[in-house]
Amino acid sequence: MSKVEKPDYWQKDLVHGRDLSELTTLNLGPTHPATHGIFQNVLTLDGEIILDTEQTIGYIHRAFEKLAERRPFYQIPTLTDRMNYCSSPINNMGWHMTMEKLIGIELPKRVEYMRVIVMELARIADHIICNTIIGQDAGATTPFLYVYQWREKIYDIYEEICGARLTTNMGRIGGWERDFSDLAWKRIRHIVDELPAGLKEFDSMLLRNRIFMDRTIGCGPIGGERALAYGFTGPNLRAAGVDYDVRVSDPYCSYQDFDFIIPVGTNGDTYDRFTVRQEEMRQSISIIRQALEKLEKLSDKTSLRADVPEWVLPPKEDVYSAMEPLIWHFKIVMGETEVPAGEVYHCVEGGNGELGFYLVSDGGRTPFRLHLRRPCYIYYQAYPEMIKGGMLSDAILTMSSMNVIAGELDA
Amino acid sequence: MPGFVVKAERDQLVKDRVAAFGEKVTAITQEADLVCIHVKKEAVHELLKTLRDELGFAFLTTCCGMHFPGEAQEFGMVYHLHNMRAGHRIRIKCRTTANDLEYPTATDLWPTANWMEREAWDFFGIKFKGHPNLKRILNMEDFPAFPMRKDYPLEDPTRQDKDDRFFGR
Repeated sequence: MSKVEKPDYWQKDLVHGRDLSELTTLNLGPTHPATHGIFQNVLTLDGEIILDTEQTIGYIHRAFEKLAERRPFYQIPTLTDRMNYCSSPINNMGWHMTMEKLIGIELPKRVEYMRVIVMELARIADHIICNTIIGQDAGATTPFLYVYQWREKIYDIYEEICGARLTTNMGRIGGWERDFSDLAWKRIRHIVDELPAGLKEFDSMLLRNRIFMDRTIGCGPIGGERALAYGFTGPNLRAAGVDYDVRVSDPYCSYQDFDFIIPVGTNGDTYDRFTVRQEEMRQSISIIRQALEKLEKLSDKTSLRADVPEWVLPPKEDVYSAMEPLIWHFKIVMGETEVPAGEVYHCVEGGNGELGFYLVSDGGRTPFRLHLRRPCYIYYQAYPEMIKGGMLSDAILTMSSMNVIAGELDA
Repeated sequence: MPGFVVKAERDQLVKDRVAAFGEKVTAITQEADLVCIHVKKEAVHELLKTLRDELGFAFLTTCCGMHFPGEAQEFGMVYHLHNMRAGHRIRIKCRTTANDLEYPTATDLWPTANWMEREAWDFFGIKFKGHPNLKRILNMEDFPAFPMRKDYPLEDPTRQDKDDRFFGR
């Protein structure tokens, strides 16, 4: 295993007055149950105090940016699924919206509200995973077992909408592949009605729990200024007190029609990250509720796609029975539609922060270059600074509260 | 028709300030909703610093390498900066030739540039002068190539059915 090269000032180690042989090198990962993913941290410890960390990542690097250069545009959502696999629908929608920005399509409101519902469900699922795992790593197994059932219910909704649970490949460029079924709507309403009580139960287990508070307050803190310098976005940045949210700063997908609060923390520690995510889940429920109301008020009850036949895959039953849709289907799948050459950057508020797609198109059937701004990859580099001088067990909690997802980290 | 907003007044502020760079800025273009400043390599660090300190672009959203085979200026770096207060983004492009692949690092301006530049080194072989720890990040240490360069084959090179003709170029 690789050995940490100790910086010069430890050779003398005048600060601690200790012999270097008293320092321990510990491999946390690559496969360690507490890292919740495949990445390695080589820690240099003095007793149980962390002095230095060397990070190694890339264990599940799958070269998505390279693969995307040889895939037609409509095949790329399957790559985005596998980035932050805890909230795949957000990644899917982010990609569809990037393409829509490049082509210049405007969508019917109904489609956008349906997307908002799915994206907020994904955000809830993502935050449930992160927050219950914080509990788990702090020693409370109960939320991990009980609150997880809500995630299962959200996955049931995905399954009803698109047939898949984890890697969803949901939606199409320009709209939806099919309408939500009655069962899906029923399940969404069930979540909106019942989840608040579930979250309250979750709160009562951890939020004012003395042991949990002692464990998490002041654990792995980062200030707002440092967080911005390190490129933090999403709940981790908001926990540090910066109210930046892509949904508000650059509204996409009709988020400007919704009324919601951006929760912010003050200390940027594990407890703040936990509470910010808890509140965001409540705000997401409120957004879904508003979206359901708006959908009811809309006179348009059927539209599922933008009216751009050269880009939006037609419904399958039409392809089998009518001439025109068959032609368009063939042209789209064979890549015979004209893609404008151009460059767009589009970002969405993913589960972990600003998920950006920088797409360069030269008019070919595939992107010329697709760069993915993965929030995890960018903020995980602050990890050594956040855990330095803390205890080993705090390092575990800090990592789980940052919600580092290996798929997104390594792309 | 387009689903985005162009912030023309903000863009003008940037253009006015950048005019002082004279010939070091080769072009300013509009790409969809963002203004893009094309800058020569010797001035890129100065430009980033000016934008950060004087115009409030305090957040480095992302920076990434580019490869355009067959062009004189074969490689490039693209920076996306964000002024969060004003809700304004810009793009900065800086091209270079294959013989001169060393950029000034941006890690002194933003610590977050560290891994982004390591990624550009790992995938494109672009070096950064002054980078504290420039080594491969996602690929293994002894990987023999820079895989995001266009001449690195993705598919099995013996296959006949996967060349560029099938992808429209």
